[in-house]
Amino acid sequence: MDLAYTPDEEEFRARLREWLAKALPTLPPKPSPEDWPGRRAHDLGWQRMLHDAGYGDVHWDASPTLRLIFLEETEKAGAPYVGAGFVGLLHAGPTIAAEGTDEQRARWLPPILRGEEVWCQGFSEPDAGSDLAALRTRARRDGDDYVVSGSKIWTSHAEVADWCELLVRTDPDAPKHRGISWLAMPMDAPGITVRPLKTLAGTTEFAEMFLDEVRVPVANRVGEENDGWRVTMVTLSFERGTAFVGEVVACRRVLRELAAEARGNGRWDDPVLRRRLGRLNAEFRALWRLTQWNVSEAEAADGIPGVGGSVFKLRYSHARQELFDAAAEVLGPASLDLDRPWMSDRLSSLSYTIAAGTSQIQRNIVGERILGLPKER
Amino acid sequence: MRFQLTEDQRALRSGVRELLARRFGPEQLRAAVEAPGRLQKGLWRELGEAGFFALRLPESQGGVGLGLPEAVLAFEEAGRALLPGPLVATHLAAAEVPGAATGETVVTDVGGCGLVEWLSAADVVRGDDGGAVPLRSVDPLTPLHRVPGTPSSPWAAEAPGADPAAVLLTAAEQLGSATRACELAAQHARTREQFGRPIGAFQAVKHLCAEMLVRTETARAAVYAAAVTADPADIDTARLLADDAAVRGARDCLQVHGGMGFTWEFEVHLHLKRAWVRTHRTSDATESEERLAAELLAGSG
Repeated sequence: MDLAYTPDEEEFRARLREWLAKALPTLPPKPSPEDWPGRRAHDLGWQRMLHDAGYGDVHWDASPTLRLIFLEETEKAGAPYVGAGFVGLLHAGPTIAAEGTDEQRARWLPPILRGEEVWCQGFSEPDAGSDLAALRTRARRDGDDYVVSGSKIWTSHAEVADWCELLVRTDPDAPKHRGISWLAMPMDAPGITVRPLKTLAGTTEFAEMFLDEVRVPVANRVGEENDGWRVTMVTLSFERGTAFVGEVVACRRVLRELAAEARGNGRWDDPVLRRRLGRLNAEFRALWRLTQWNVSEAEAADGIPGVGGSVFKLRYSHARQELFDAAAEVLGPASLDLDRPWMSDRLSSLSYTIAAGTSQIQRNIVGERILGLPKER
Repeated sequence: MRFQLTEDQRALRSGVRELLARRFGPEQLRAAVEAPGRLQKGLWRELGEAGFFALRLPESQGGVGLGLPEAVLAFEEAGRALLPGPLVATHLAAAEVPGAATGETVVTDVGGCGLVEWLSAADVVRGDDGGAVPLRSVDPLTPLHRVPGTPSSPWAAEAPGADPAAVLLTAAEQLGSATRACELAAQHARTREQFGRPIGAFQAVKHLCAEMLVRTETARAAVYAAAVTADPADIDTARLLADDAAVRGARDCLQVHGGMGFTWEFEVHLHLKRAWVRTHRTSDATESEERLAAELLAGSG
């Protein structure tokens, strides 16, 4: 067991730190959460800078440990998160890199890394949430095209996306996991209607998407026809591997800020509150160690993350909610003021036990895949 | 960074597991429960010969010359097997008390909460045990004495801090216990049938088991990291997570076993009771919480 980084890894860290110190002061201010075109431009601009500095492909081509260092250092330096680049960099990109043809990789990967194109994720449907494989959006073959009809929901960044990674049903007669295909759908194709949805935090992060006879070239299918479920699962495990590294670093910073705030407003004198913050410190220290454990495991397994991702996601999503609830306790009645720090995060943290697989589904995964418990049906 | 067990560490762990399975299996466990207060000196010496107590002594002093990570793996196995005796105290005395390293001398100590484990069976007591009175120990496998006059409030700022190694090795035992409870629960949930199917197919049961695993694996990362860094805040973290995984794990395991879980015969109550004893062995959890809170203000986090 070793927590020391190799000289190469330390060198990477030092070089990155130095570059961040120079690059970050040149960044334009972060646009308001309501300004979607502004956010798109900002997030893509940041990705472009990373690309030009040689860090463009760190999300999928680097070793798991380098990725960990990259996410840790960028967060510590206060760099922007991937933002609108999330699906392209952490989801569709890795999928295309792993499962796409040479032509597909050449077409779609460079614009993602250069910060030119935004992707959104067309997975969930009104009747296919946790039961994702129940999706019904139909794709019928017509010559060199699929003709796609149906509707998607919770599609993050749909308003500003150029491409959509779309799961469609290509064989309605096959068992539900076997009749699905993975398509790259251009968002400017005729027949797509995007209707933004407002979250409980008041922002329009995601949207409904209605598809009416949208033509998508067969050449845009990644993986074999009807093999889309397997293609998708490959990347979901990547998503659960290191996707939250930066957030854990950020949560640990929030905890220190909370302690300082509590000391300032007198709440620190309450031993119950102090102990609660002490416990949260233990919680996030442990989550950081669990991240390092999972990353090392992925490194040993040639980059493929193990099942530890589900364990991490379950624990982290709950801890994040606890953290912002503790923030509210530190603030007292001021926690009702959304302009106070952490209070918008408190609202958005409510999505964590739902998005990317609810905690209940994650517990099924842990119970069945790790502990070998039988399926309910 | 390679935060995974090495080949040697895996071998050490399975070696200790095999030794304990051979010398302290289910029958010996039952026998020990029926003869409370009696420490098996033969087993103790055998542990000594296997290097359990001398694990971290340098080879020049007749030790095995290994470090805290290896000791943590050995104590995890001890916790898993419910191995009785003042193991941590004797291990920590290996360099100073003659015979401790070889298992010839059984050493106990006065814990931070004023409790002494295995006082009557010990050859040497570290700390002032004057006026110690026996109490009716909740754990049939851990006789306890209480030393009067020890801090009424063990978490008071002026109370001397517990030995961090003792805290960590205790956390390692808790981790082993939590691991075992999770295995027992999953095993039962896979095989016990009610309403025509294994009870583990029901989400209410499945989710209890999943949470046990999540608590155990998060604690494992914390305990192993603390073994590598020996950093005080890492050790406090390990302790809080491991106590929680062990105590709640044993309770959930008991629940999954239904009526059988409430019997004297089934081992889960021994895990729960020992886990409770360990939570008060070195210091109160409050101390760890307060230190971790203070660390947030120190800003070194």
